[in-house]
Amino acid sequence: MKYLLMMHTPSGGPYQIASWPKQDIKAHIAFMVGFAKKLGASGELVSAEGLAAPDQAKRVRAGKDGKPITDGVFPESKEFLAGYWIVDVDSPERAYQIASQASAAPGPGGAPLNMAIEVREVMSGAPKDWL
Amino acid sequence: MTPSPHPSAQDLLRDLAPQVLGAVIRRFRDFAASEDAVQEALIAAATQWPRDGLPENPRAWLIQVASRRVADHVRAETARRNREAIVVSLVPPEEQLALAADEADATGRDDTLDLLFMCCHPALSPSSAIALTLRAVGGLTTFEIAKAFLVPEATMAQRISRAKQSIKASGVPFKMPEGEERAARLGAVMHVLYLIFSEGYTATSGPELHRSDLSGEALRLTRMLHRLVPDDAEVAGLLSLMLLTDARRAARTGPSGELIPLDQQDRTLWEPSAIAEGVALLTATLSRGSIGPYQVQAAIAAVHDEAASAQDADWAQILGLYGLLQRMSDNPMVTLNHAVALAMVHGPAAGLDRLDALAEDPRLQGHHRLDAVRAHLLERAGDHEGAIAHYRRAAERTTSTSERDYLLMQAARLSETRK
Repeated sequence: MKYLLMMHTPSGGPYQIASWPKQDIKAHIAFMVGFAKKLGASGELVSAEGLAAPDQAKRVRAGKDGKPITDGVFPESKEFLAGYWIVDVDSPERAYQIASQASAAPGPGGAPLNMAIEVREVMSGAPKDWL
Repeated sequence: MTPSPHPSAQDLLRDLAPQVLGAVIRRFRDFAASEDAVQEALIAAATQWPRDGLPENPRAWLIQVASRRVADHVRAETARRNREAIVVSLVPPEEQLALAADEADATGRDDTLDLLFMCCHPALSPSSAIALTLRAVGGLTTFEIAKAFLVPEATMAQRISRAKQSIKASGVPFKMPEGEERAARLGAVMHVLYLIFSEGYTATSGPELHRSDLSGEALRLTRMLHRLVPDDAEVAGLLSLMLLTDARRAARTGPSGELIPLDQQDRTLWEPSAIAEGVALLTATLSRGSIGPYQVQAAIAAVHDEAASAQDADWAQILGLYGLLQRMSDNPMVTLNHAVALAMVHGPAAGLDRLDALAEDPRLQGHHRLDAVRAHLLERAGDHEGAIAHYRRAAERTTSTSERDYLLMQAARLSETRK
């Protein structure tokens, strides 16, 4: 079963990586790179991506002529998605375990950030027992 | 095992894959290295045979090419170790090769069953056992397996390589288990084949279409297993269950991939030859006495498959079979199906009573299928409001898109007739 693990970070919260000392930024990046590698090596990684900063985000709607109308920069947003992982695991418990490891990524001073990671099951095509 | 009379090169390769791997493992006693080498030999054959023609003895050709790869690997490993000056093999690689003569190669001994036991070892997680079985016994490439499970090839390669490490670490010997152990391990093999089948069977449409190859592969491997242990009634039961289920494939989804439940399927789309084969197999098995859960499930599938319509099905017999199955396995899904059969025989109220008793089961707490069955029975009892509420609740809880769509459509259909 596949799960989407989303790392939401509050604006102005602890994940203000740009303001951290260089050494802490390096440690954080190294953790994230190593974490994705570890999931690949355990045969569970489907994909992992970090997202560009929210000040580049746009909201898009189709206009009456079908052309895109963009609208954007949302400094008032309380929370933004910083990145996500999709994992393919044998149980929900394993997905929670992976999420808790991601949550403990190092922050300022190397202390674990303990960020909230939202875990959502990815829907499958058809039910397994619908024989 | 005799390949079918005019096999394509691909079929021949897939049939030979486990036999060749078995022979190479017997020579080198290294499952992981042998498995890699056989995979390389299969790839070499897939490109060379169509170009240069079939070798005189394809099996011997593959064993020879794979053995050479393992020997190269051993040589490279020894050189590496020498460089690192940690361990020097006591037996030079030339002699390791000289030890390799194995009369089994000449007799054409079939190690497929030993391999199945190894790949489905209970030390492996289900997903690892599935991947390893498809590669080592099924002869599928890592790329094909990755595509079937919708994960990147690198991830699937790691999953397979870790599975091989687990087997090595667990010290499972490459030989047939005996007595009770054998029965338990055969059960694990059947379970893995069943999981591969249902993984493919539940594939619907669009990008998942190729996943249906997995049920074809599960059927092929189960046929192979049945040939190897023709006297095992449960293996015959499993093969029969797969045939009788797969026979309905074309009827179980609509044009846009939507699920069509059994009672609404166009039965003219069912595959009569698969039904005939499944029924014949089951009949021969049941007459022999000992009966297990796969045979009972096959018997239920056979009652459905032989009925002209859902109403014509012998529901009293289905009810009896679910009762039997319930006594064999403590599975709440079986109990839910039993409640449906109960409602077909004794009316929806009897089924609903049964569901009330079931709701206490912690394994069904918040399970969407309980709501889905309740909705269906409430509708049959004429309580449309209740049915709509439970269809919707089930739709919120399922993790399958096609089942959610089906349940939402049921709720919408009832809401519209209300106006």
